[in-house]
Amino acid sequence: MLGYGERTVIDGLDLDLLPGRITAIVGANASGKSTLLRSMSRLLAPRRGAVLLDGQEVHRLPARHLARVLGLLPQSPTTPEGITVADLVGRGRHPHQRLFARWSPADDEAVATALEATGTADLAERPVDELSGGQRQRVWIAMALAQETDLLLLDEPTTFLDVAHQVEVLELLTDLNRARGITLVMVLHDLNLAARYCDRLVMIAGGKVAADGAPAEVLTQERVKEVFGLDSRIITDPVSATPLMLPLGRHGAHAVPRPPLSEHARTQLR
Amino acid sequence: MKDAAVQDPCPAAQDPARADATAAPRILLASPDAAGHSTTLERVVAERRRRHRRALLNGAVLAGTILAVFCLTLVVGRTVYSPAEVLAVLAGQDVPGASFTVGRLRLPRAVLAVLAGACFGLGGVTFQTMLRNPLASPDIIGISSGASAAAAFAIVVLGLSGPAVSLLAILAGLGVAFLVFLLSARGGVAGTRLILVGIGISAMLTSLTDWVLSTAGQWDLQEALRWLTGSLNNASWDQALPVLAALAVLGPLLLSRGGELRATQLGDDTARALGVRVGRSRLVVVVAAVGLISFATAATGPIAFVAFLSGPIAARIVGPGSSPLLPAAAVGALLVLVADLVGQFATGTRYPVGVVTGVLGAPYLLWLIVRVNRRGSALWPPTTPCTCRTSCSATASAP
Repeated sequence: MLGYGERTVIDGLDLDLLPGRITAIVGANASGKSTLLRSMSRLLAPRRGAVLLDGQEVHRLPARHLARVLGLLPQSPTTPEGITVADLVGRGRHPHQRLFARWSPADDEAVATALEATGTADLAERPVDELSGGQRQRVWIAMALAQETDLLLLDEPTTFLDVAHQVEVLELLTDLNRARGITLVMVLHDLNLAARYCDRLVMIAGGKVAADGAPAEVLTQERVKEVFGLDSRIITDPVSATPLMLPLGRHGAHAVPRPPLSEHARTQLR
Repeated sequence: MKDAAVQDPCPAAQDPARADATAAPRILLASPDAAGHSTTLERVVAERRRRHRRALLNGAVLAGTILAVFCLTLVVGRTVYSPAEVLAVLAGQDVPGASFTVGRLRLPRAVLAVLAGACFGLGGVTFQTMLRNPLASPDIIGISSGASAAAAFAIVVLGLSGPAVSLLAILAGLGVAFLVFLLSARGGVAGTRLILVGIGISAMLTSLTDWVLSTAGQWDLQEALRWLTGSLNNASWDQALPVLAALAVLGPLLLSRGGELRATQLGDDTARALGVRVGRSRLVVVVAAVGLISFATAATGPIAFVAFLSGPIAARIVGPGSSPLLPAAAVGALLVLVADLVGQFATGTRYPVGVVTGVLGAPYLLWLIVRVNRRGSALWPPTTPCTCRTSCSATASAP
C-alpha cells in the first residue's frame, strides 16, 4: 500500500519485474505510475507490503549498497549552474566512493564508458546548461550509467523532448539494454513509443494493474477505453509490427467531412 | 575562413540542435573501439585533473592572501611596528610596547577574525548548498540573530560569561533552525516559504536583541553594536578559544559530508538514488553548520552578511564543480580580516567590522533578489519544471 500523507494512491498491487528486459509503466495521469516507480527505488516507503530485490526488502537495505544495484533517473533532476558534463556524470560514482577516498581509476573508467555509451564523450568539457534538451537527457542517462547498476528506473525519460529526441533517447536505452543486459523500467506517456520499444507494458489504472504483458496483449481498444476513457483504433505499426493506437475523437476523422466554416467563424478569422 | 568553419571539431557550439540530430545515428555500443575508449578516458582524466588543479591553485592563492592580510593587521595600526618586532613578539620575546599592542590586542583580534570568518563562511555555504538557494543563508533566515539575541540576553540579563554564553547561543541557533524548518515544512524545505519565514523570525529576534540592550543602561554603543552587527572590539583569547574548538570539531565533520552535499545539488530524488540518506545527512549538516555560526556569533556577534556573501564569492572564484566549502571558509576569513582593517583605519571614525560587511552585503542582497526574481529560478521555483530542461527563462516562472 502506497500513498502520500493521508492519501492512498496504490493499494494491493503485485508486480514482478523481468530481469534483462525493458518494462514500461503506462497509465492515465494521476493513476499512480510515478508513485509505483518511486516506491521501487525506495524514495517512498510502502505503508504496507514490501518491494523485494533479490529476495531482500529494498527499504531495509543500506542506502549505499542499494545504490550500487539499483539506479533511478528522476523526472526533473537539478542541473547545478555551470557544471561540466564529465563532472555531472562523475557524480554518479557517489555510491562507489568512500568517505574522503580519492578518485580511483575505476571511477574514471566508469565515467568514460558511460560517456561513450551515450554518445556524449565529445561533450565532456562542455557545461551541461549549454546543451540541447536531447543532449542533456543523454548526459543524465550517462550519470545513471556511471552508477553501474544492473537495474535502472527512469521516470518519464522522454518528457519535455521533441519527437526526434524522444526516439533518440529510447533508441539509446534499447541499445543499452541489448548490449549490457541492463534491466530497464520506465514510466512513459506515449503508448505507441512504449509499445514499440518495450518488451512488456504494465498498464496502471486507479492504483491497480489493469493489464500486464507483451505490448500486443496489453494495448487493445477495450483496454484503452477502460483505462484512459478514450475510443481508439489499434492497428499494426507498419514500421515495427507492434500495436499502434490511434485515438478516435469526434473531430478529425476523415470519415466525417469537415463542415464549412460558419459565418460567425469567418468573421472571427477576418 | 570557410575552411575553418568546416573543420570546427565541435559543430554543436554553433547549433546544438543540429549536432544533436546528426549525432543520434552514431551511437555505437556493441563494440566501442579500444582507441576511441582510451581517448575518452584521457579526456575524462584530463578534465578531472583540470578541475583539481584549479581548486588547488585557488586554495593556495586564498591561503596566501589570508596570510598576507593577517600579517598586515599585525604590523599596521595607530603605531606601526616593524616586521622584525612583530616576529619577535610572535616568538615570545618581550618587546616594549609591541608585546602589549601586538601580542595582547592585534594578535587575538586577527586570530578571532580568521576563525569567526571561517565559521561564518563554512556555515553559510553549507546552508546555501544544501538548500540550493543563496538566500537561504543563516544570517538571512534568522539563525545568526537567534544566537546573537541569546548571547546578548545571557550576558546582559543573566550575567553569564564564557562557555555558558556559547552554549546558550548554540541552543538558540538550533532552536531557530528547528522553528524555521517546522514553520516552512509544507511544500519542501527549499522553497520561498523557508526564506520568508526566516526573514520574519530574524526581524523578531533582532528586536528582541534591541529590547535586551535597551533594558541594560550601562552598556555602551560599541557593545550594543556587537550584538546587532558584529564587532571584533575587545577581542581576547578567551573569545577565540571556543570558536577554534568549534571549527576544529565541526569543520571536518562538515567537510566529510562534502560528497553528499555534491549529490544533493542534483536534487533530493537524485541524491537518494545515489545512496544519500537525505534526511539524516541534512540533520547532521544543519546541526554542524548552526554550531559553527552560533559559536562564532557568541564571540563576535552576528558579523553582518559574511555567511551570506562568502559562498557566492567563493563559487565565483573556484568555478562550478569544485566543492565550495573550504574556499568559502577562506573567503569568510578574508572578508572579516579586510573589513575589520577597513573599519578601523580607512576613515577617521573606527567602525565595528559588521558595519563594513553590512555595507558590502546589502547591495548584493538587493541585486540577488532582483536577479532571482527576474529569472524566476531559485527563489520562486516553478511548480512544473521548465519544459525544455534548459535554463531558459521563458517557461520557468510559476503561473
